[in-house]
Amino acid sequence: MNFTLKIWRQENSKAKGRFKTYKIENISPDCSFLEMLDILNEKLIHDKIELPVDPVAFDHDCREGICGMCSLYINGHPHGPEQGTTVCQVHMRKFQDGDTIVIEPWRAKAFPIIKDLMVDRSAFDKIIQEGGYISASTGGVPDANSILVSKEYADMAMDAAACIGCGACVAACKNASAMLFVAAKVSQFALLPQGHPEAKRRVQAMVSKMDELGFGSCTNTYACEAECPKNISVEHIARMNREFLKSKLTHAEKKRIGGFG
Amino acid sequence: MTQLNAKIPQGSLQEKWTNYKANQKLVNPANKRKFEIIVVGTGLAGASAASALGELGFNVKVFCIQDSPRRAHSISAQGGINAAKNYPNDGDSIWRLFYDTIKGGDFRSREANVYRLAEVSNNIIDQCVAQGVPFARDYAGYLDNRSFGGAQVSRTFYARGQTGQQLLLGAYGALSKEIKRGSVKMYTRHEMLDLVIVDGIARGIITRDTITGKIERFAAHAVIIATGGYGNVYFLSTNALNCNASAIWNCYKKGAFFANPAFVQIHPTCIPVHGDYQSKLTLMSESLRNDGRIWVPKKKEDVEAIRSKKLRAVDIPENDRDYFLERRYPAFGNLVPRDVASRAAKERCDAGYGIGPTGLAVYLDFSESIRRLGRDVIESRYGNLFQMYEKIVDENPYENPMMIFPAVHYTMGGLWVDYELQSTVPGLFVAGEANFSDHGANRLGASALMQGLADGYFILPYTLQNYLADQIGVQKFETDLPEFELAEKETIEKLQRLLAIQGKYSVATLHKKLGKIMWENVGMARDEARLKQAIEAIRSLKQEFWKEVYVPGSLTGVNDELLKANRLADYLELAELIAHDALLRNESCGCHFRVEYQSEDGEALRNDEEYKYVSCWEYQGEGVEPQLHKEPLEYEFVELKSRNYKV
Ligand SMILES: Cc1cc2nc3c(=O)[nH]c(=O)nc-3n(C[C@H](O)[C@H](O)[C@H](O)COP(=O)(O)OP(=O)(O)OC[C@H]3O[C@@H](n4cnc5c(N)ncnc54)[C@H](O)[C@@H]3O)c2cc1C
Ligand code: FES
Repeated sequence: MNFTLKIWRQENSKAKGRFKTYKIENISPDCSFLEMLDILNEKLIHDKIELPVDPVAFDHDCREGICGMCSLYINGHPHGPEQGTTVCQVHMRKFQDGDTIVIEPWRAKAFPIIKDLMVDRSAFDKIIQEGGYISASTGGVPDANSILVSKEYADMAMDAAACIGCGACVAACKNASAMLFVAAKVSQFALLPQGHPEAKRRVQAMVSKMDELGFGSCTNTYACEAECPKNISVEHIARMNREFLKSKLTHAEKKRIGGFG
Repeated sequence: MTQLNAKIPQGSLQEKWTNYKANQKLVNPANKRKFEIIVVGTGLAGASAASALGELGFNVKVFCIQDSPRRAHSISAQGGINAAKNYPNDGDSIWRLFYDTIKGGDFRSREANVYRLAEVSNNIIDQCVAQGVPFARDYAGYLDNRSFGGAQVSRTFYARGQTGQQLLLGAYGALSKEIKRGSVKMYTRHEMLDLVIVDGIARGIITRDTITGKIERFAAHAVIIATGGYGNVYFLSTNALNCNASAIWNCYKKGAFFANPAFVQIHPTCIPVHGDYQSKLTLMSESLRNDGRIWVPKKKEDVEAIRSKKLRAVDIPENDRDYFLERRYPAFGNLVPRDVASRAAKERCDAGYGIGPTGLAVYLDFSESIRRLGRDVIESRYGNLFQMYEKIVDENPYENPMMIFPAVHYTMGGLWVDYELQSTVPGLFVAGEANFSDHGANRLGASALMQGLADGYFILPYTLQNYLADQIGVQKFETDLPEFELAEKETIEKLQRLLAIQGKYSVATLHKKLGKIMWENVGMARDEARLKQAIEAIRSLKQEFWKEVYVPGSLTGVNDELLKANRLADYLELAELIAHDALLRNESCGCHFRVEYQSEDGEALRNDEEYKYVSCWEYQGEGVEPQLHKEPLEYEFVELKSRNYKV
């Protein structure tokens, strides 16, 4: 198969970027999208078509759809055309021979571009650091089977926990909101008894960090769910909103009681 | 010459770890604050070690290559994690997990280490549940188990097909908690390129910031390496693309012994290779062998008909199918250990019964389980794996059996460590897949996750204190010591040399060549002639590399090709050591199968008289043959037997 690739090239975070066009030929339909980019880079290196030689920089690692490294915006869709799939698992047979393919990085204020198609997603780590965990120090915990979790809830928690933290939800959202990412974590722990003691603190701290880091607000367009490679549902956003409201209510109550004391 | 002392504690197997803990030295809380520890790697081993040490009050610096610690290779582990909980009441115990692991490793691991691993396995499950890891549950809310190869009990805990992801996110959560508390400082996108030794003791590392290209120095009282395995020497493997051997290899070159490099596991159930542009191989989890049956046609004409697409698998009647694992190993059937299953598949393909376009594949068939349990049940157990298979192969595995073939997956070899997980360099500790400790010549499924978390949560927090207790009073290190300066200079010089070659081949071109040499000669079946050939071929490829590699760009800024070239330079040296180790081990054990040493029916022939030892290699300098040291393996508590999975 033959393709025309329009790829975003940007020297570094400060430089101005632009699209560059590359032709690529004889690609097997069984080739993955990232393997196609590997072939392009090999061509840039071997044929020295452009000088200085500068292969296209993109993030990737597992190439199995689980690490969340890969992050390409293809023809207007995070991770490309296939639903519920990371770009590393998209194969070229999903395209038509002769297609022009536009490849860009994630675009969001909170994810500055590093080079070409690589972005800085450390904002996600910062949100998790605010409380995206259960503070169980090592050792001194009860036997695993002393905490019962119904299959239904365990399954729902697993649905939320399947998030790979790739940032497609942010890239898909016109407001660059991180609601789906944050909600998936809050929801996982809201669904498990182990998560309850810290629930209020967790949701408040994570939401306020998200706002502080420059992610936009959620206006319920659900583009995030549609583009999520792990099919994380917006139901989790609803659950997080309930958790948030609950935390505010009980928090206010505590203050009032404090005032009486 | 360095003397090997494994420092196994006194007492019966059951008493050793208890005795160790009772007699070890501790560091009091006020002193803990004065210590700096470097942890390299944020996989299960590194993330768990860093968080547990942070909780204790040490100052920890932790490094990883990816943009977030959550993306370490452990994330892609699928099938599960073992523990001796015996929740299903099917006869499991710490002893049985220990014994299965020793036997699975073909009696080439240390009894004391493996017993301790089995002992702490249950704590791991407790810890992970407390962290909110959503393990699979039954309808009453209790934890569910499945079976893995090499065991006759169900002891594997799992979170759908994403167990590694969930365990790693648990450890990442604990790490994030400590980062927030300020006890741990995280350095992402930092690749360790060298170890710094001061007065014979590990005191720091040299890294490259993969974004800015800056070379940096970091100092500490102790260094923990948890950088994973070296399977990518073979180019194609199930490992993530950033997995590399550079950290452990440079520790080796600074004096840490490398143990059992030839013990490389080839996993039976991977999606077959389909093109030379391929960048990696995809694993289909071992858990599939719970419900899938492996077969090839009995008749050559059926094989031909399938290859030429005149027949499909479903057209072959039951009687004309050869379920070769069930036939050869009735007691364990499809659940024999990985090395046994891989070799059996290779044997059938070599005999001309392989299917698929290349003849290098066998079937993994779920039709019987789907009939027995229903498609829903199979889907709930393995849905994401079936989906992954369909995406790659473009065939529906619910209707046609999967095609699978063995691929490089895991490395049992690694840096040599004693019972305390300390290498031969004082102050240098090694955890997870990077060390050689627990799996002998073959690792059982679902035991790597167990080992990584055991090392990090429950072993290093003890043994490291025993070491540091003697370091109280040693002031914080500065990085302006001449040793740091020299290590930094050497690192920069190596990178500059790579940039200066300006040859005609890309790194990938040369790496593929190395992969081919290794897969064909140092893979599933090895023999003297081919190993010798491989060593020659690796040497000349190394020369070609240093003459003909082309690395664009410069030292500064993002430069993936430079990173890859540096890793390949290390692989080329490690590859030779792997082949050399394989050549000297004149026996077949676990995954190390020497064609010359097999029984009449093709089973591995171990030689306990002469080879019941860990081979530990000591670096002697560029171009000089490394020195072999042997750590004898004593079996005090189990009887040495030849492995039998037939009855
Ligand atoms: C596809 C697949 C499925 C698997 N499934 C299972 C399973 O079901 N059960 C099981 O028990 N095991 C399984 N395994 C094996 C298991 O996943 C690994 O052995 C284990 O996760 C290794 O963990 P680790 O912490 O030692 O290293 P890793 O998870 O590999 O982490 C290495 C860390 O070190 C960092 N690093 C590496 N080099 C450097 C450097 N030079 N400088 C700085 N940082 C560096 C990386 O960034 C990373 O953070 C599977 C393996 C694969 C490939
Ligand atoms: S590379 Fe890991 S999810 Fe795509």
